[in-house]
Amino acid sequence: MSNRLTFKRGIKDGIPICLGYIPVSFAFGITTIVMGVPGWTAILVSLTNLTSAGQYAGVEMIAEKCAYFELALTVFVINLRYMLMSLAVSQKLEPGIPAWQKMIFGFGITDETFVMASIQKGRLNTSYMLGLIALPIFGWNFGTIAGVIASGLLPGNMQSALGIALYAMFIAIIIPPAAENPKVMIIAGIAIAISCIMFYTPVLSGVSSGMRVIIASVIAAAAGAYFFPKKEVSIS
Amino acid sequence: MTSREILICILIMALVTYIPRVLPLLLFRKPIESKFILDFLDYIPYTVLGAITFPGIIYATGDYATAVAGTITAIFLAFRKQNLVVVAIGAIVVVYITGMIFG
Repeated sequence: MSNRLTFKRGIKDGIPICLGYIPVSFAFGITTIVMGVPGWTAILVSLTNLTSAGQYAGVEMIAEKCAYFELALTVFVINLRYMLMSLAVSQKLEPGIPAWQKMIFGFGITDETFVMASIQKGRLNTSYMLGLIALPIFGWNFGTIAGVIASGLLPGNMQSALGIALYAMFIAIIIPPAAENPKVMIIAGIAIAISCIMFYTPVLSGVSSGMRVIIASVIAAAAGAYFFPKKEVSIS
Repeated sequence: MTSREILICILIMALVTYIPRVLPLLLFRKPIESKFILDFLDYIPYTVLGAITFPGIIYATGDYATAVAGTITAIFLAFRKQNLVVVAIGAIVVVYITGMIFG
């Protein structure tokens, strides 16, 4: 019983995640305003989405007045990775957890809470999962609201400097695993190459940014699965 | 976009974010068998982030010189295994400073 995963333990494990989310969501709040999208959009998106890449891409597409279908497809493709994470969590859950409880804590599965949950010893239960996601959800929304409020107070050149925040974070997410695994480096490189070729080639540059990301990422990931299959399933 | 259209967009985003998170929790009892799909899903985060970042990052600040300086800073810090927040703040600071110099 000493090893039991409690609500309190979940809260404790969520603290560092919460602290990391605040600057990232702060930048999201500001970026939304800079893109010319109303501030309430950022706050509502953070409240209902709780994800980084999908949110940024989505708001960018709102700013570009994209089609609904394209928005749905892009954000869905970006979020495909959650299926793998959710699947992994499902294998680690205590038996007999009711569906409605899974539907509540499932909302809080992010790259970071997933990693924290998956390194726990023993079966995951609802109390622990709720504790784990509570503070990260708070931090994500707090940072967003603060960013929306602060956007008007920051000078213009500071606002444009913040435009690079999300991309810098993406680089920080891609490079460490790519540096360790040449396959990841090559596959990410292929996606980048396809994306750039489509962007700069006259005939293809008419394709919207969302569609470009879908085409580039799906082709590159399929090439990766085909040419560089992994020996065992690693969920990162 | 009108407020109504934005609300529809947010609803769409919320659904396509929530569904992949919850569906496997509710449906899957057994592990996925297809190694191809597992490997594909494993590569997806990197290919998506790569395709979003390039060439987007070059246009992120409204000025090529500052964006390139920020990109190089971010790549350098990431290779030095700095954490996410440090990489982001480092890139922002370099963009801000180069913006003051060249702007």
